[in-house]
Amino acid sequence: MKKLLSLLILSTAISFGGASGKAQAEELTLCWAAWDPANALVELSKDFTAESGIDMKFEFVPWPNFADRMLNELNSGGKLCDLIIGDSQWIGGGAENGHYIKLNDFFDAEGISMDDFAPATVYAYSTWPKGTPNYWALPAMGDANGWFYRKDWFSKPELQAEFKEKYGRDLAPPKTQLELKDIAEFFQEREMDGKKVYGAAIFTERGSEGITMGATGALYAWDFAYDDPPGSYQMEGVVNSDNAVEALEFYKELYQCCTPPGYTDSYMQESLDAFKSGQVAMAMNWFAFFPGLYKDPQVGGDKIGFFVNPGQKVEASTLGGQGISVVSYSEKQEQSLQYIKWFAQPEVQKKWWSLGGYSCHNAVLNDPGFADTAPFAADFLNAMGGVRDFWQEPVYAELLLAMQKRLHDYIVADQGTAKEALDKLIEDWTEVFQDEGKL
Amino acid sequence: MKEQKSVVQKIADDAARATPDNVARQVRGLSDKAIAWIFISPTVILLLAINIFPLIWTVFLSFTNYKANRASRGYEFIGLRNYERILNDSDIWHTLQVTAHFLCWTMVLQTLLGFGLAWLINRHFRGHGFWTTVILLPMMLSPAVVGNFWTFLYQPQIGLFNYAVAFITGADPSSFQMIGDVNLAPWAIVIVDTWMWTPYVMLICLAGLRSIPDYIYEAAEVDRASKWRQFWSITLPMVLPFLMLAILFRGIENFKMFDLVVELTSGGPGSVTELASINLKREAFEKWRTGYSSAFAVILFVTVFGAANIYVKALNAVKRR
Repeated sequence: MKKLLSLLILSTAISFGGASGKAQAEELTLCWAAWDPANALVELSKDFTAESGIDMKFEFVPWPNFADRMLNELNSGGKLCDLIIGDSQWIGGGAENGHYIKLNDFFDAEGISMDDFAPATVYAYSTWPKGTPNYWALPAMGDANGWFYRKDWFSKPELQAEFKEKYGRDLAPPKTQLELKDIAEFFQEREMDGKKVYGAAIFTERGSEGITMGATGALYAWDFAYDDPPGSYQMEGVVNSDNAVEALEFYKELYQCCTPPGYTDSYMQESLDAFKSGQVAMAMNWFAFFPGLYKDPQVGGDKIGFFVNPGQKVEASTLGGQGISVVSYSEKQEQSLQYIKWFAQPEVQKKWWSLGGYSCHNAVLNDPGFADTAPFAADFLNAMGGVRDFWQEPVYAELLLAMQKRLHDYIVADQGTAKEALDKLIEDWTEVFQDEGKL
Repeated sequence: MKEQKSVVQKIADDAARATPDNVARQVRGLSDKAIAWIFISPTVILLLAINIFPLIWTVFLSFTNYKANRASRGYEFIGLRNYERILNDSDIWHTLQVTAHFLCWTMVLQTLLGFGLAWLINRHFRGHGFWTTVILLPMMLSPAVVGNFWTFLYQPQIGLFNYAVAFITGADPSSFQMIGDVNLAPWAIVIVDTWMWTPYVMLICLAGLRSIPDYIYEAAEVDRASKWRQFWSITLPMVLPFLMLAILFRGIENFKMFDLVVELTSGGPGSVTELASINLKREAFEKWRTGYSSAFAVILFVTVFGAANIYVKALNAVKRR
């Protein structure tokens, strides 16, 4: 009995000791969206834990709820996240509302130079006010909206011949938006391997940011701008320019002619599903998904090809991607900065790319062999050279939701004209900026 | 009875003995009314804290330009400007029209179908217990789950709903999109809500039907009243208060309908299924226009509260008849 009692006491002591030891271990929580690169980051961060002894905990939220969930967290001064990889459009709000800590002093003290990162990513993911040397994030995940296609279908000789006869050119990745539509029309409702297939999977989602991210791919190709001169908030004749109207009409035509039935509320996952199930010849999505798609046993490898968003008036792509910031409400800011310092190292950035994350570091991107490291690497570099982003104002959410509504009303619900949609958008945005005292 | 009383007395004596002297001294001088207040005060405080105060605070915020995500900027009083903007906003009127369409049609269909089903179930046919359970199943599901699986049912390529319609009409299943078509989407949400909540109306109607004493029908039989006459003169008047109650509950619920429709359509295509509650959520927690959304919430509250009050008066008049 005495022996049993001693064993019980010993086991209790061990379990309590273990628990208190665990409680004392340092731990950081990193918040991000739940997608392929997040898994790569989990893998990468094991090295940080091994080096520093700090455990990494992750809070990943699916994209459609990511902004809602995380902005609520930040707006309520929540302490869930020590580090956050927030969307590029959040940077203005993160800085002005005091959610992020400013990183300039830390970068200076640790010798981290923003010159070591691709200029477009520093501008988009780190600076506020835009373009000024005030840094609120370290570029973490470069991304842009690109395209992928069924290479095996494109290379079928009978289709090649039919396409050439009809359009007078080879069936190959399109160089312009209009060429893209031709190809989509060519494949629409075609029988492939005994199954009816469709032209293209594009973004049409209503709830969060989908249709805006998709349609801006066309708008930017038609040289769309938000205001002119930049920073003036003068939108009349710019947002609703003839080019913008043409681009929006084009995106609606593409939606109407060449998407699968019922494709009215589709974003990243629906695009991946449509492509992986062999429903579409082409699909748009973020480069972040390309490594996973290339590895897909059904449609990856030799069957898939990639191309950058085709230009029309200009070469341009919709920016995705995020920077990593330290949350000002965190009680572990020192350790969080330690993580950023570790993450900024060129060697870590190289491993990040090799695991499936898109590094923004020049040591990776400027490597002469970079373009050959993956079938989509060259396109990624190309895309990042011409990225454009949505408003990054602190009121970006209001601006975005207005655009979601106007675009969905016109493109999917078929209400009004492109010009009317853009005119109404200017009215909405003007009201927002007037409320902000910027107009 | 006497024995039961003595047990109660014993418990009271034990409680009295267990009360500390200082507490007993303080309580001894209190009136019954004061003791009653002591008992209900926790509930009253809780009610004030979580119901009344937020309501007053919402009314207060509706006169400001406050934004909850930019609290550090403070706020300004802008009088009735939020109300003026809302009442002149064509998008808001559009969401109210969408809500009215949804509300009217769900009420009509659920009332007719719910009453019809209750009437059938009340006939005590063989297996009616089993069928009652089957009919009640939809309302036991979570609205989010229902919304999600109906999006699959409505899927033009693989959806069972489309195939069922195609089977009946001979049309191509992928030739129409229930939740992607501007004309069909408002009906798509009506169908799902009706599928889910008709059993609830049925249940209340069934309670009404079962509360009608058999002797009334027997008397009517003796008077040689036809079945139709019995229905109009006995069944319907006696079930009406129950039916009106069901309509009231469903009306209030559907006025603030959110989850089911968000899962089904997110308010789309465009804004054709954007109900007032979805718009309110977007204004309040996505655009963070706290003052503006507070004003909209107040307008919706007053509308529902006013309509419900008028309706309850009508309901009482029917009951008194």
